[in-house]
Amino acid sequence: MIGGLFIYNHKGEVLISRVYRDDIGRNAVDAFRVNVIHARQQVRSPVTNIARTSFFHVKRSNIWLAAVTKQNVNAAMVFEFLYKMCDVMSAYFGKISEENIKNNFVLIYELLDEILDFGYPQNSETGALKTFITQQGIKGQVRLLLLHKHKYGNTHTKEEQSQITSQVTGQIGWRREGIKYRRNELFLDVLESVNLLMSPQGQVLSAHVSGRVVMKSYLSGMPECKFGMNDKIVIDKAGKGGGTDEAVKSSSGKQSIAIDDCTFHQCVRLSKFDSERSISFIPPDGEYELMRYRTTKDIILPFRVIPLVREVGRTKLEVKVVIKSNFKPSLLAQKIEVRIPTPLNTSGVQVICMKGKAKYKASENAIVWKIKRMAGMKESQISAEIELLPTNDKKKWARPPISMNFEVPFAPSGLKVRYLKVFESKLNYSDHDVIKWVRYIGRSGIYETRC
Amino acid sequence: MTDSKYFTTTKKGEIFELKAELNSDKKEKKKEAVKKVIASMTVGKDVSALFPDVVNCMQTDNLELKKLVYLYLMNYAKSQPDMAIMAVNTFVKDCEDPNPLIRALAVRTMGCIRVDKITEYLCEPLRKCLKDEDPYVRKTAAVCVAKLHDINAQLVEDQGFLDTLKDLISDSNPMVVANAVAALSEIAESHPNSNLLDLNPQSINKLLTALNECTEWGQIFILDCLANYTPRDDRESQSICERVTPRLSHANSAVVLSAVKVLMKFMEMLPKDLDYYGTLLKKLAPPLVTLLSAEPELQYVALRNINLIVQKRPEILKHEMKVFFVKYNDPIYVKLEKLDIMIRLASQANIAQVLAELKEYATEVDVDFVRKAVRAIGRCAIKVEQSAERCVSTLLDLIQTKVNYVVQEAIVVIKDIFRKYPNKYESVIATLCENLDSLDEPEARAAMIWIVGEYAERIDNADELLESFLEGFHDESTQVQLQLLTAIVKLFLKKPTETQELVQQVLSLATQDSDNPDLRDRGYIYWRLLSTDPVAAKEVVLAEKPLISEETDLIEPTLLEELICHIGTLASVYHKPPSAFVEGSRGVQHKRIPIRSGSGESSESQDTGGAPGATEAPAAAVIPSQGDLLGDLLNLDLTPPTSSAGAPRGPPMPMGGVDLLGGGLDSLLGGDIGGSPAMGSGFGAPAAVMPSSLNAPVGGGLGDLFDLGGGVGMPMGTFVPPKTLWLPAMKGKGLEIMGTFARRAGVIQMEMTLTNKAMSVMTDFAIQFNRNSFGLAPAGPLQVPTPLSPNQTIDVSLPLNTVGPVMKMEPLNNLQVAVKNNIDVFYFSCQYPISMLFGEDGKMDRQVFLATWKDIPNENEAQFQINDCHLNSDAASNKLQGSNVFTIAKRTVEGQDMLYQSMKLTNGICVLTELRVQTGSPTYTVSLKCRAPEVSQCVFQCYEAVLKN
Repeated sequence: MIGGLFIYNHKGEVLISRVYRDDIGRNAVDAFRVNVIHARQQVRSPVTNIARTSFFHVKRSNIWLAAVTKQNVNAAMVFEFLYKMCDVMSAYFGKISEENIKNNFVLIYELLDEILDFGYPQNSETGALKTFITQQGIKGQVRLLLLHKHKYGNTHTKEEQSQITSQVTGQIGWRREGIKYRRNELFLDVLESVNLLMSPQGQVLSAHVSGRVVMKSYLSGMPECKFGMNDKIVIDKAGKGGGTDEAVKSSSGKQSIAIDDCTFHQCVRLSKFDSERSISFIPPDGEYELMRYRTTKDIILPFRVIPLVREVGRTKLEVKVVIKSNFKPSLLAQKIEVRIPTPLNTSGVQVICMKGKAKYKASENAIVWKIKRMAGMKESQISAEIELLPTNDKKKWARPPISMNFEVPFAPSGLKVRYLKVFESKLNYSDHDVIKWVRYIGRSGIYETRC
Repeated sequence: MTDSKYFTTTKKGEIFELKAELNSDKKEKKKEAVKKVIASMTVGKDVSALFPDVVNCMQTDNLELKKLVYLYLMNYAKSQPDMAIMAVNTFVKDCEDPNPLIRALAVRTMGCIRVDKITEYLCEPLRKCLKDEDPYVRKTAAVCVAKLHDINAQLVEDQGFLDTLKDLISDSNPMVVANAVAALSEIAESHPNSNLLDLNPQSINKLLTALNECTEWGQIFILDCLANYTPRDDRESQSICERVTPRLSHANSAVVLSAVKVLMKFMEMLPKDLDYYGTLLKKLAPPLVTLLSAEPELQYVALRNINLIVQKRPEILKHEMKVFFVKYNDPIYVKLEKLDIMIRLASQANIAQVLAELKEYATEVDVDFVRKAVRAIGRCAIKVEQSAERCVSTLLDLIQTKVNYVVQEAIVVIKDIFRKYPNKYESVIATLCENLDSLDEPEARAAMIWIVGEYAERIDNADELLESFLEGFHDESTQVQLQLLTAIVKLFLKKPTETQELVQQVLSLATQDSDNPDLRDRGYIYWRLLSTDPVAAKEVVLAEKPLISEETDLIEPTLLEELICHIGTLASVYHKPPSAFVEGSRGVQHKRIPIRSGSGESSESQDTGGAPGATEAPAAAVIPSQGDLLGDLLNLDLTPPTSSAGAPRGPPMPMGGVDLLGGGLDSLLGGDIGGSPAMGSGFGAPAAVMPSSLNAPVGGGLGDLFDLGGGVGMPMGTFVPPKTLWLPAMKGKGLEIMGTFARRAGVIQMEMTLTNKAMSVMTDFAIQFNRNSFGLAPAGPLQVPTPLSPNQTIDVSLPLNTVGPVMKMEPLNNLQVAVKNNIDVFYFSCQYPISMLFGEDGKMDRQVFLATWKDIPNENEAQFQINDCHLNSDAASNKLQGSNVFTIAKRTVEGQDMLYQSMKLTNGICVLTELRVQTGSPTYTVSLKCRAPEVSQCVFQCYEAVLKN
């Protein structure tokens, strides 16, 4: 299991060092600094073996988190743990920066003591941790007023204590009992990133959507939730099950989508999903990611990029790029950015665009064309003349793909939330009393067209 | 002020000040001081001198302070064991605290104080905590047992903690179960033979129940533990799989990978024809693909594992090629791994796509990545034969870019392609030679030198090229030196006259001026071989090389099995067994995949050792590169094609070569002269482990060769006997002639294969026939493209006519031939099948046939039997027709087919036959009538040959 955990700043100075196992000595701290942090470019793997000691590292801005071991640990688990550690820290004190870590080092040690025992990850759900590790995180230079007295242990009543422990160790470790809201409300965000690789001729080489359903729940008690979407398998099943679901079928009709694969937050009962494909759960309080999914079929590609690159002699390139929006005219895409790479020996660029602003950024070797808004079924064009310095470099310019960024107010996969039902039998509020909000946001992932 | 101030104390006398503060009466000040101490500790300052003062702060109600003191204790207790005892009392007291969080904290911290003396005080509180009413305390105590075991294993056993821990597996709280499982698994690892984790169907059932309820981490512990279980039969295996598959939808990648591990392992026990088996295979693909959308570090772990999974069960991901396409922004480690998997998944179906991608990658920036992409193109060529041509042309395009490292990498892989497809792409050698000067890496230089040596006869200035390398011989790396030595010896054997000086030079460089024993020994061997028996030298050095296998980069099967059992762990990331990187006894156990055993048969758990179901390492399972080793010897240092860029190579191959030479040169030689035996043994090893034995293609290839000899350009399927040896090299002063006769489009052809087995070039070929029975004579001069260099083989075809002088020969179809070249004139005789002489106009009219049949006197009739012929009459008729034996009529009498046939020889002699075929009987009867009865025997021979071919 994990033998030790270190956090370094960008210079390789140790900010946090917690050793769980005897086989990890102090020299391990230095070994990582010398061989990985100071080596910078040469390290080409997130797992490094130095003198029979394995180091796993992840980086958050310029902070290095390293887990160390001498055993054959579950590598996937170690990385998942490091990510989780980052999440927990962010939940307590915001951005992971050198300053925040130094400001909160006592808290971090306390957390590490709790979530990693002898190198075995324990309950790491922020919701549960916050019930008994109640130190307030310190964000920036301002120390937040401690609203509660430090109430770990002594100030809890006996009932409270056993409630905490049973929650931390229990089946529903992610939610505490006795949550109360005056207004029961939930927000569902369907966040999708659509990825595309297209050939210059407009042939889709690969396209997929990776989506997330993020839920913010402000619900009292221990609500039992059921989430439904236009999953093809469910809809088809319902369709077969007789005429009763006719309404469902006609309303969603063809619009059901084939989900290649999905994964769920640990609150979702997986065995139930496996057998009935129904998504039921007791949600954590506050914001969390309910599910992730991936689709590859019938994706709505919000934009089409048509590149035309012409080499005029050895010192000039002519580039013309047309973008076409491909969705309902009533919808507006935002934050559109097209990045057209230019050769390294570019000496000057002249750009003409119909809409938005375009600029040649020499430091990035690209023409960046930004359009604030664009409605569906529209078309826009940019043309550029690129002057090249003559070089004797024989290596041809690699022509990196033209990439695009945007945000659209629909789900490119076609996913629709059909329902989210809330049942709380003990408290007297019903599904109707819950205010629900659903929002769809489609963003570009890696959206590239080769030219 | 914030806590960060503690990091900035750099005053002198700091320790002294801290000491004062620690002993302050004010709680807040104490706490501040302890924080400073911890901050100093973190950055590596030695604050152990403050031990007693810090420990004094331990007895406090303030939990934050208490925790800080504990942290300090854990760090320094070992260096101050006597002082650490001071803390024991507080711990014992805290273990009785009404607050479960404090009880747990105490027992957790005590376990971390790794001082022997403390452990005995720990036992009592631990025993209580293991039975605590609060699950939080129990789950902490469970891990504490593992801690204690790590310090003093004997104590844990004596105190009976292990039994208590086992009981916790049945605990009502899932997290307690998970931690108990984790602790037991760890303890069991250091006791390979103990039956600690007594996994049986009941306990497995409990684990599976807890699996649904515990935290993500707990699920990982349980799944990893489950993976060590060996189900009794396929039914149990299936039911476990069914209960594990829902985990594939978990958001935590580690849970998914551990579930994949269990499934991959247990699947082995399921019958392949089971529906569920197919379902399971289908279910595995999507989660594996989903892992690729995780954070890059996890993607890396996933890809390393997918690499194993693809080798074990290629069918799972065979349709998912696209997801492994490299993205522009992927970190380099992800790119490199994806590339590996792309090659593994490459097949005829997707090769076009893959190649297009690889070509893109080869123009990227990162040198390592580009190199690997180029290499990948070569591997595709070797793996997917249909793509070889396209790969080669892609590589040539890349060479044209003149980017140094691209060119070098391309040359290295082209060398492998030559070895896989001999005599196919050598036309590109000229292009390669153009880039000779730009090669500066040993591997590329060695590859190029190998190519020059191997194809010396096709490269006019091979001697000059090699000589140019020789100038800096001592500055070259060993790899290049060895290769140069071999190449020059090859060159000498091929062009002995011009290169004598060169070979002597290199032999003396290798044997006299070099300190490298490999090089020296190889030099001596060549020297002796060349001086004692040049023919033998040729047999050794120029021996036919076994084709390289496409799968030489696969992980050796037993290791693969073991790694599959370690999916998700470091072992699967390193692709090494745990024993390779874990010290001590941990992880030394070799895990194996259980094999299928029928229902009802029981097999013990693996932990008890000797599970009957476990696959014993097959004795024949040898690392595939062993095949290369032999290949290496024959070829004398061709580095195996695997050579993944960064992987450290074992001891250099030539070592093995020398060893083998010492032991069994003779046998090797003996085997190799025969040609195929050496080939067989070279491939025997991998063939034993890979069911798709390589022997089959070899045999097939041989058959193909014959087919080729007999099948080129004969629309009618004329019978062509296989080539036979007409003139052995012994008699021909090095010239060997194999030959046969064929009739193609009405022209009789004499087809010969000329091989120059002498050491000098042959020129000025000519041919002449003695007078013969049917007046056969060459219709033109013998067209041999000269010079025929040593060891070169060419096929020639000589058209014949039948207008030459006639003399009756004995036997009738005997032909005496004289072949002349610059060395001498050689005589040999051969026999041609008389069917060569059957004209296309041999079909008689039915009436004429009847009349002629009656007309020919009965004494001219001859009758023969052909045995063991299993054709029906139609097939026989078709076959004969191909050789211009025409069926005129067919009659069926009492299940007996009678075929009436005619043929006409070039000199006008007509032959009439009656072929009787009894349905179901393998014996044919041929009755033959001809005005010249002398030919009957020949005709009969040709019937037999045609029908049996």
